Amino acid sequence: MNWATILIDILSWVLILSGSAFVVIGAVGTLRFPDFWSRLHAASVSESAGMILLVAGMCLQSGLTLITVKLIIIGGFIFITGPTSTHAVSNAALTSGEKPDSDEGAAK
Amino acid sequence: MHHHHLILRVVTKMLVGAIMLFAFYVQFHGDFSPGGGFQAGVIMAVAFIIYGIVFGLDKAEQVFPPWLVHKLVALGVLLYAGVGVVSMLLGYNYLDYDAFSPHHPSHGQHWGILLVELGVGITVTGVMVAIYYAFAGRPPPMKDEDW
Repeated sequence: MNWATILIDILSWVLILSGSAFVVIGAVGTLRFPDFWSRLHAASVSESAGMILLVAGMCLQSGLTLITVKLIIIGGFIFITGPTSTHAVSNAALTSGEKPDSDEGAAK
Repeated sequence: MHHHHLILRVVTKMLVGAIMLFAFYVQFHGDFSPGGGFQAGVIMAVAFIIYGIVFGLDKAEQVFPPWLVHKLVALGVLLYAGVGVVSMLLGYNYLDYDAFSPHHPSHGQHWGILLVELGVGITVTGVMVAIYYAFAGRPPPMKDEDW
């Protein structure tokens, strides 16, 4: 095991652990935030960031193989569909009458 | 419908082709990795169903008309059963894939499984799209103000 493989291993584990941290923080935010919109925000944004970091870390683990190509394709798919589904959910909530109450909090 | 949901329409147009390609990958790579006719049929049907959800049922029925859906449901079963009947006519048991290449049974089994999985995939696609058309085309039983 030479220095390059050790460096790649350390880098990939840093990426995987920080991506996991993003996902866990997003899950905590989804449970703890007060209203629907901030919960949706916590779920979607941290999920996208965590997914990118996790896929990058797994790409470094698998090296230059077909697995890396599949991981990049999966990452691109989630990168497009995640924000789109968040948009669809928030659009449906706004259409059915859910209003953000951030102005009330700022006034108090 | 034409002025609303711009993001969903753009993303759907981008993804429908990729979903169909993935369905073919699952279909024809099913011999070597998890997958096969059932999963590929459902994924292929999902491409048409998401098109119908975003663009409307009438647009989806223009692309994939109901008469063709019903023909495909029957065609898949016919292909599956036909493989078995052909192997019987060649003097083997029903669905005995060795019949297609008696000197290389593994080649015959490869072809037999490929054709049978293709039949399964076609039928599952047809049935899933037919169920979606039946649900989406049904008149609503109650209006919102009737409650």
